[in-house]
Amino acid sequence: MTVLDHFWGILFISLHALVPITLAATGEVLGETTGLFNIGLEGIILLSALTGALGAEAGGWLVGLLAGIGTGMAIGLIFGLISAYWRGDQLIVGVGVNLLALGFVAFELIILGAPGFHAVPRAAQVPGINTPIGRDLSPLIFVTLALPFLLYYLLSRTQLGLKLKAVGENPAAADVAGIRVNLLRLLAATLGAGLAGLGGAFISVDWIGSVTKEISAGRGFIALATVVFSGLNPLLVLLGGFIFGFFESLATWISTFPGIKEIVPWQVVAMVPYIVTLLVVAGAIGRVRFPAALGRPYIRE
Amino acid sequence: MKGLALISRLRPFGESLLAGLVGLAVGAIIMLIYGFDPIEAYIALFRGSFASLYSLSEALANATPLILTGLTFAIGLRGGLFNIGAEGQVYVGALAAIAMSLFQLPAGLHLIATLLVAMLAGALWSLPAAILKLTRGVHEVISTIMFNWIAHFLAYYLIANILVDPRRAEKTISILPSARFPILVPRTSLSYGILVSLFCAGLVLFLLWYTTIGFEVRAMGFNPAACRYAGIKRWRTALFAFVIGGFTAGLAGAVHVMGRPPSYAIFSGLGGLLNLGFDGLGVAMIGRNHPFGIVLAAIFFGGLMSGGRLMQISPGVPLELIRVVEGVIIIALAIPELVRLFRLFKWPLIWRRT
Repeated sequence: MTVLDHFWGILFISLHALVPITLAATGEVLGETTGLFNIGLEGIILLSALTGALGAEAGGWLVGLLAGIGTGMAIGLIFGLISAYWRGDQLIVGVGVNLLALGFVAFELIILGAPGFHAVPRAAQVPGINTPIGRDLSPLIFVTLALPFLLYYLLSRTQLGLKLKAVGENPAAADVAGIRVNLLRLLAATLGAGLAGLGGAFISVDWIGSVTKEISAGRGFIALATVVFSGLNPLLVLLGGFIFGFFESLATWISTFPGIKEIVPWQVVAMVPYIVTLLVVAGAIGRVRFPAALGRPYIRE
Repeated sequence: MKGLALISRLRPFGESLLAGLVGLAVGAIIMLIYGFDPIEAYIALFRGSFASLYSLSEALANATPLILTGLTFAIGLRGGLFNIGAEGQVYVGALAAIAMSLFQLPAGLHLIATLLVAMLAGALWSLPAAILKLTRGVHEVISTIMFNWIAHFLAYYLIANILVDPRRAEKTISILPSARFPILVPRTSLSYGILVSLFCAGLVLFLLWYTTIGFEVRAMGFNPAACRYAGIKRWRTALFAFVIGGFTAGLAGAVHVMGRPPSYAIFSGLGGLLNLGFDGLGVAMIGRNHPFGIVLAAIFFGGLMSGGRLMQISPGVPLELIRVVEGVIIIALAIPELVRLFRLFKWPLIWRRT
């Protein structure tokens, strides 16, 4: 294999690695635009990886993906209800969701009989498609590449997008203008979490093809970092998702490549995506501005 | 008026109790769905947690590190910071404690030196997040989570290479007897380490409520804008919260490996160290971020953990369900109107705002 072949190999894995991060981050941009900060993405990805796998076994890959989206939307609905309508603390709800998912997935995996691991049969996984740029690519990659453009259009070119931004920037003014602040927040949180759910189902039903109790591996938090990096611009989410996906793949590649894996310990390589995240976020902050009402419930005077 | 003041102080206690009941109720529903008998399971949970001297000692042994990680989160939140870095700082503290057993020192001195080094290691690991926050404005949720993962893999590396037990590759060397905490209750896991945790809870209580810097930290968490006008420096309070939090989290890792028989070592999957930091977060929430509440909540969590083991043996409910219950409790606590949702039950005066 030539150097170029290896490069294409890494790029091929990157295209898959970017999917869950970009999907979750795109959804989070939608939510944060309206002022809701959901740190439960990690738990949503983990839980919907499980429900996606169970759904795929019951009724094929489409059911699996829908189960993942449904799980995400259900959690997003609860999160939105508590954060918008009941004015709960968003960070704390997110932490609770993460803990609940961690416990429930481990619980369910034990009930299924194989502690810590559950594989999805090949027949129930999303079939790959052959394209000019590569063989056996997941169709979800193209969905993931298109969604940020769609969200960009929604936010910057439509009236609904303007309303969503108003709700995050100045909910009191939006309220006076007749916009239903909490309803829009609830919708954004539900749809956004649904995308994170799709990302989770992608991991188990398509990319890796199995569920473990730490299958999410911090991707939810990396997605949050991607959102910070993007400054709520969906197009930059795509770039950020690619950067993180690339370094994740590079780490996997280095840790399996003979000649390099003996010199560089795999544990050090595994740290790279997280260190890169820190560096990128530290470099990105300062030039970005977040909605004024981010993280705060709206209380009508 | 005195009675009213007492009632308003009881309110947070009542809310935590209510959230705990909600959590247990959801746990019961899940058990019913999966065909377990919740009553039998909860009886086992209680027997395994507080019904005998043995189970109570085990609950306290579990609570020992949780008190410390709970304090880490609580100090941060009191200062307006959402510092969830305890998890990584626990690993680093435990690794530093193990590393101290590469050296020989006299008995008492070795224990104290190990504790000090672990504390410093925890604080050092928390500093970059504080610096990134203050100089670059990086949100501490993002940075601390990233440092947790880096610590995770650092621990894997050190366990497999530098600190590995030459005779047993799956674990590190054990803490030398000269640096171990003696056992407090014979034939249980409860060591004198619990005294370190209780002492720290008292110290944090003193620091936050009876010193100037503690007042400034709490003021910053309460109203940062007013603090700016009052001349309270943000970097001072943030550094204080991160460093003291790092001290207690590092200690949590140390007391766990120095006071937990029989191995006094870290195993390659990180074993009992996993999730001590995140459980501490739940402990702080239920304890309403007050040292006194944290001690009570940590004993409650510790009891759930030791009782969960018995529940796993006799009705066969997987231990992991306990973490689901914890998650539900935390979500319930995030709802300020939780109490109001229950108003249809016509609760007595206690619930009314004073």
